[in-house]
Amino acid sequence: MAYILQGDTGDWEVVIGLEVHAQVISNAKLFSGAATAFGAEPNSQVSFVDAGFPGMLPVINRICVEQAVRTGLGLKARINLTSVFARKNYFYADLPQGYQISQYELPIVGEGTLTIDLPDGSTKAIGIERLHLEQDAGKSLHDQHPTKSFIDLNRSGVALMEIVSKPDLRSPEEAGLYVAKLRSILRYLGTCDGNMQEGSMRCDANVSVRPKGASELRTRCEIKNVNSIRFLQQAIEYEARRHIEVYEAGGSINQETRLFDSAKGETRSMRSKEHAHDYRYFPDPDLLPLVLDPKMVETIKAGLPELPDEKKERFMGEYGLNATDAGVLVADQASAAFFESVAKGRDPKLAANWVMGDFFGALNATGRTIDDPPVTAAHLGELVDLIKDGTLSGRLAKEVFALMVETGKGPAALVEEKGLKQVTDTGAIETAIEAVMAANPDKVAEIRAGKDKLIGWFVGQVMKATQGKANPGMLNELLAKKLKG
Amino acid sequence: MTNLTHLTITEARRRLAKGEITAVELTRAHTEAMAAKRGLNAFITETPDLALEQAALSDARRAKGEAGSLEGIPLGIKDLFCTEGVRTTAASRILDGFTPPYESTVTANLKRAGAVSLGKLNLDEFAMGSANITSHFGPVENPWKSKSDPAKKLVPGGSSGGSAAAVAARIAMGATGTDTGGSIRQPASFCGIVGIKPTYGRCSRWGIVAFASSLDQAGPMARTVEDCALLLGAMAGHDPLDSTSAPLPVPDFAAALTGDIRGLKVGIPKEYRPDGLSDEVARIWDLGIEWLKDAGATPVEISLPYTKYALPTYYIVAPAECSSNLARYDGVRYGLRVEGKTLDEMYKKTRAAGFGAEVRRRILIGTYVLSAGYYDAYYAKAQKVRRLIADDFNNAFKSVDVILTPTAPSAAFGIGDNTDDPVTMWLNDVFTIPTSLAGLPGLSLPAGLSADGLPLGLQLIGRPFDEETVFRVAGVMEKAAAFTAAPACVAPTQARRESAGEAGEGV
Repeated sequence: MAYILQGDTGDWEVVIGLEVHAQVISNAKLFSGAATAFGAEPNSQVSFVDAGFPGMLPVINRICVEQAVRTGLGLKARINLTSVFARKNYFYADLPQGYQISQYELPIVGEGTLTIDLPDGSTKAIGIERLHLEQDAGKSLHDQHPTKSFIDLNRSGVALMEIVSKPDLRSPEEAGLYVAKLRSILRYLGTCDGNMQEGSMRCDANVSVRPKGASELRTRCEIKNVNSIRFLQQAIEYEARRHIEVYEAGGSINQETRLFDSAKGETRSMRSKEHAHDYRYFPDPDLLPLVLDPKMVETIKAGLPELPDEKKERFMGEYGLNATDAGVLVADQASAAFFESVAKGRDPKLAANWVMGDFFGALNATGRTIDDPPVTAAHLGELVDLIKDGTLSGRLAKEVFALMVETGKGPAALVEEKGLKQVTDTGAIETAIEAVMAANPDKVAEIRAGKDKLIGWFVGQVMKATQGKANPGMLNELLAKKLKG
Repeated sequence: MTNLTHLTITEARRRLAKGEITAVELTRAHTEAMAAKRGLNAFITETPDLALEQAALSDARRAKGEAGSLEGIPLGIKDLFCTEGVRTTAASRILDGFTPPYESTVTANLKRAGAVSLGKLNLDEFAMGSANITSHFGPVENPWKSKSDPAKKLVPGGSSGGSAAAVAARIAMGATGTDTGGSIRQPASFCGIVGIKPTYGRCSRWGIVAFASSLDQAGPMARTVEDCALLLGAMAGHDPLDSTSAPLPVPDFAAALTGDIRGLKVGIPKEYRPDGLSDEVARIWDLGIEWLKDAGATPVEISLPYTKYALPTYYIVAPAECSSNLARYDGVRYGLRVEGKTLDEMYKKTRAAGFGAEVRRRILIGTYVLSAGYYDAYYAKAQKVRRLIADDFNNAFKSVDVILTPTAPSAAFGIGDNTDDPVTMWLNDVFTIPTSLAGLPGLSLPAGLSADGLPLGLQLIGRPFDEETVFRVAGVMEKAAAFTAAPACVAPTQARRESAGEAGEGV
């Protein structure tokens, strides 16, 4: 459904392009051997290269290059066998060299596509403009001393992939789905951990608006460094409404860089185009053009995992899941694998319901992760088997599942231990029915007089008498026979 | 007793090997010369104690039979090479107090070969200059004096002026230099010594304070071609820490000095004989051509049509790279810091106080040519022209094996001369810059003296990574030139030269 903002003069459409900075998973930095682990003591992971010492030279980290290629292939993008590192020059205290080594005219990855899954089950292809490798800057700490700023260079030189989308996104929701999908793909590929809180994934949004139906692009503003999907969506919505207000008041939008203040929920100007940096990009003379061996690209391509889109297709085909369920299950590689081991040889829809329902609920409730689940896939599979063979009713199964979460035991052992097995013995159920009927002759009479809705009351009473273990199907059948009898 | 400071490296190696002298004796002779000739201002940092310590260790290694190729040879190190534990300045105030915790690859290679370091040699600030007058530590004086005005202080050339002066004045047996547009070859020419800028990529740039990364190249300076060959052999080699370092084995350069250049074709580029070229320089060039003919080589006139664009091209490319390379000197992490109320103010004050006029000029030019709106007109165009200049050489080397040109348009001039406008100074490198832009090896050797008694050098240019042919031809020319002249301050050689009938003079 189209996202339309209503203004005083009419309907408006929002146009969004995203630049996502994704920290490459690698042990060492892009151009130095220093470590990249998050949360280390300040300035404990800094080589002389990262600190911009005299005479120090960058040497490209092959692993980071492979990760960029892997990501490019995952985005179905063109891999540029020759790319060039360029220097982006600007002065800042946490930029030791006085320039950032990035890629400008010739990035390592060209155009590609990312498919987002919309809530109605449909999909939309979003163009990828490019992906390039660059080094991160350090961090300025302004709150450690009343008059001084401190510098932590642990991040300085860490490899980032800047992934730039085409202006194909049309709503905050689509922008959020794009980031979520990109994160999912990066995690599948093992090229970025996608952790926005730790800053390993950051997002800049280019936002403009235009009257509904217009085809021209209006002036955009860039909102820098948004670090959560929720904030991204808030920032876009705020920015779009701001543009509309300005236009409807007869004003014009100036191209500028803005910051999102998450506390106030608004964006504010950081620097205008007139004050934009002149980065004086030029090819880094310390580095030769990066030339890739096509065989290396082929090897990486051959080793790619099954990615979310393909997996979703397969889940729909192989397991008969609908697009929405399949989309939910494949969003995370480990969840998808968990589902598959539960579903293997079983009713896939039942398995999917249990994984997405009680199991995901238990993950949230226990705060545990799919890699350290409260219930193993094997145990959940056994539980599904016990439902399927009639040992457990749905209600009993939920009870058993709760016990599984609590104890970590398998369902068979718990059923045995707690005596939770569903009663399918006709005689036992009949005895219970008869006892309830004997105790409530008036109600039996009422039913026989036509008051059918009392049947439910009887079902409840018999279930209560059997501690819920009576097979519901058999109970209904026997009860109907007896009452009518 | 022979003055040990007059030995060539080749002779010293022989005598050390025979046990006739020790590294300590050899080093002491040089540390004494260093102290005696302090007036030249060739050194920024003298490390005589360290040198004698290293010499003692060298003697001990030799005693154990572990002598390297330069075992016990005292050298000077241009103060652009980072040296672990020894102050490194780049002749700039901006690096005030900086002592590197690491050793450049080239100096580490020399140490590994057993060489002894006497200290850190003066240079133009950040290697930007052709007269060694831009150093924060004052100008270097050329040990040579002109006949017409013996009292006049002359420049040693630059930027490796301290290196050239120290080698010419017999303070060091050899020295490291760096050459971006002529910084080894022009001072070698001005001081009457040999210097080679090898092919770009032959020596690692790791640990050398950068000026213009695509042009900077380390090389040796010494008093003979063979000494340079020995030094380069120790300095060169692939270094995985420098992505532009060539993954090639290092040949035995000294072994290339066969003395046989029969049948070799030597290119004589007509563009290097512009109107207004000094008669003296033209004559010594012609003399060099004669020597090569006598040795059985064939001079071939060639054309390098883009030569005239080399200087402007260089003065776009080099400042562009320098403006970026020198951005790291910001007062934040090391070196000079002049406090300011804001970060920007600290930057401005620090860099204004830390950089001299020539460095500031080049940073400004470089910043300008890379700016939005000017990039295509200047930097991008300069890169295209640079390729054309390299193509000129490629074409020439289809028909010749080596190229002979003058090294510099003049002999050494006075300290303070040629400073009216920067371009006059820049013109000093007009013959060396094209080679730098093309990344080719270029060697300067002393060919004779000017009428005023000052050395004049000739330049040999080779194919990429063909330093061997350059050395081979240089060896033959060296023999023909029989250049035994030495500065007046180097008394014994002076006496010997005069008794030998002034060989090498009278161009």
